[in-house]
Amino acid sequence: MNRFGAIALGAAAIVAIVAPFFLRRYGIYLISMWAVLTIAAIGLNLTLGYAGQVSLAQGAFVGIGAYTVALLTQAGWPYPVAFVCAGALCFAIGWLLGYPALRVQHHYLAFVTLAFTTLVFLVLRNEEWLTNGIYGINGIDRPVLFGWSTGSALDFYFFCLGMLAFLSATTWWMLRSPWGRAFLALRENPIRALSLGLDTRRYTLMAFAIGSSLGGMAGALYAPLVQFIEPNSFALGLSFNLLLMVIVGGSGFFFGPFVGALVAVLLPEWTRFTEGYYLLIYAALVMVMMAFCPSGLLGLVGRVSKAMTRRAPSPPLLRVEGTDP
Amino acid sequence: MESFIQLLVSGLATGAIYALIAVGFSLLWQTSHTINFAQGEFVMLPAFFILAVMNAGAPFWLAALIGIVLSVIVLGLLFKVVIVDPMLKYGVLPLVISTIALSLFLKEAAKDFYSSQAQPFPTLVPATDLAVFGAVVSTQSLAVLAVAITTVVALHLLLHKTRLGRSMQATAQNPTLAKILGIQVERMVLYTFLLNAVLVAIASILITPIYLAKFTNGEVLGMAAFLAAIIGGFNQVRGAILGGLILGVLDNLSAVYLSSQYRGAFPLLILIAVILLRPHGLLGRAEERTV
Repeated sequence: MNRFGAIALGAAAIVAIVAPFFLRRYGIYLISMWAVLTIAAIGLNLTLGYAGQVSLAQGAFVGIGAYTVALLTQAGWPYPVAFVCAGALCFAIGWLLGYPALRVQHHYLAFVTLAFTTLVFLVLRNEEWLTNGIYGINGIDRPVLFGWSTGSALDFYFFCLGMLAFLSATTWWMLRSPWGRAFLALRENPIRALSLGLDTRRYTLMAFAIGSSLGGMAGALYAPLVQFIEPNSFALGLSFNLLLMVIVGGSGFFFGPFVGALVAVLLPEWTRFTEGYYLLIYAALVMVMMAFCPSGLLGLVGRVSKAMTRRAPSPPLLRVEGTDP
Repeated sequence: MESFIQLLVSGLATGAIYALIAVGFSLLWQTSHTINFAQGEFVMLPAFFILAVMNAGAPFWLAALIGIVLSVIVLGLLFKVVIVDPMLKYGVLPLVISTIALSLFLKEAAKDFYSSQAQPFPTLVPATDLAVFGAVVSTQSLAVLAVAITTVVALHLLLHKTRLGRSMQATAQNPTLAKILGIQVERMVLYTFLLNAVLVAIASILITPIYLAKFTNGEVLGMAAFLAAIIGGFNQVRGAILGGLILGVLDNLSAVYLSSQYRGAFPLLILIAVILLRPHGLLGRAEERTV
């Protein structure tokens, strides 16, 4: 990362810490939601940005994580245990789901995950003995961690922000490890990675499972944030939204999901004046962006700064397929 | 047994509509590697075109014709020129995202500019019931089957018996070789887009009297098209037809005999089974171009 990037990152971190003190309750709720969605989008970015597979199941994994935490904590389990269970369960399901889909052909994952999201929705809606069906689960408590009660909006925001920092640092570290380099190789040139002896299928599956697990953990934060969950929140719409977040931010860029989730959370608020036309405008913007800059907003920033400095291209770590010179 | 025949006929009728949608879907994939995630919305929209023309005072048959022409222009020509062409150079993935955004766009447009309420839509034939071998079969199902079969036969004749159709097939199978042989590949690709638009418009006229004209119709229909295409075989027109019919019949039978709550789940389980056991679909060939 260059100096400009480091400064931007530092400034963003300060804003994230200071901002809630200037916001009212709803504003704090929005930025908490941003943190939660960012975690889910980071997970999806592993699948989409690094392994190049379209997944439409991330919303379902958020749902599985949210229901896991809601049910376990209401059964009296401590929150941290429930949190780990949510992540582990989604990892396992992701592995089982990705295995058949990735065994065959690319593009199949998109369809299998589309089907999976619908299945999860049906189970959440129909299995009333477990999930309380369409009535959802009410009154999910915010956790008390080591004597720190996260009951207030502000405290819970800092909990979410802390988890975001922790999970994104873990992901960053993972991508930097020798093992994680394989993901990058996968993105840069899958055929070459294969010929160098990388089991690309296994790494793709691993990326998908880890990404699903991050989705589950985002769900584990979502449930106590909203304190009420119902099946409709985790239908196909959420998965589409998460996918668009990753794309809008810039898939394959580490900070793409942060930007994409911010746009997705703030845009509806800023375009209130357009009333019902917000989604219409959003969809049109995405299409325009895909036509002119498929590498997303961060790709656009990279392109502009490259044009301004006319220097060597950005370090290979942050390059996106298709835009290589 | 009577109710079984009844379910079978109505299942085949819905299945035939799914088949039309799936055929268009796989045609686009074959000729231009476009995975159209907005295919369901493509079926939803022509009904609104037709309703809009009818609101202007036109009779149904005229409105239907104008609706088909409009969808050929909007969902065929404009879709190809505005959305697909600028994106093809980036590969499959950005186009997938773009069609996902397009599906959202079309859905919202129908809701915002027409109505968020379900609109009644005229049927092809007056709805009465006929007794066939003791079973009660609605004339509507029979009319749907007749139109769908006619369309499929016409499509088959076009693709296999005319020079144009064979050129289109050649383009789908090997674009480079087709070009060398003097086929205008670009034009053939455009024709498949126009053909797809006609197919979805016909499907729209057939399905909307059953579903009513709703902006959310595309969700179910798009899913059905994917499932049918994959179950039958992604790279085969015959496969898409078979997949559509299986799906329609299965959907009806499972809702009655197994569980109506999990009606939507059975096709998905079939999908997963097909992907595990016969990844290229029931009638599909393993693809030659894998990367």
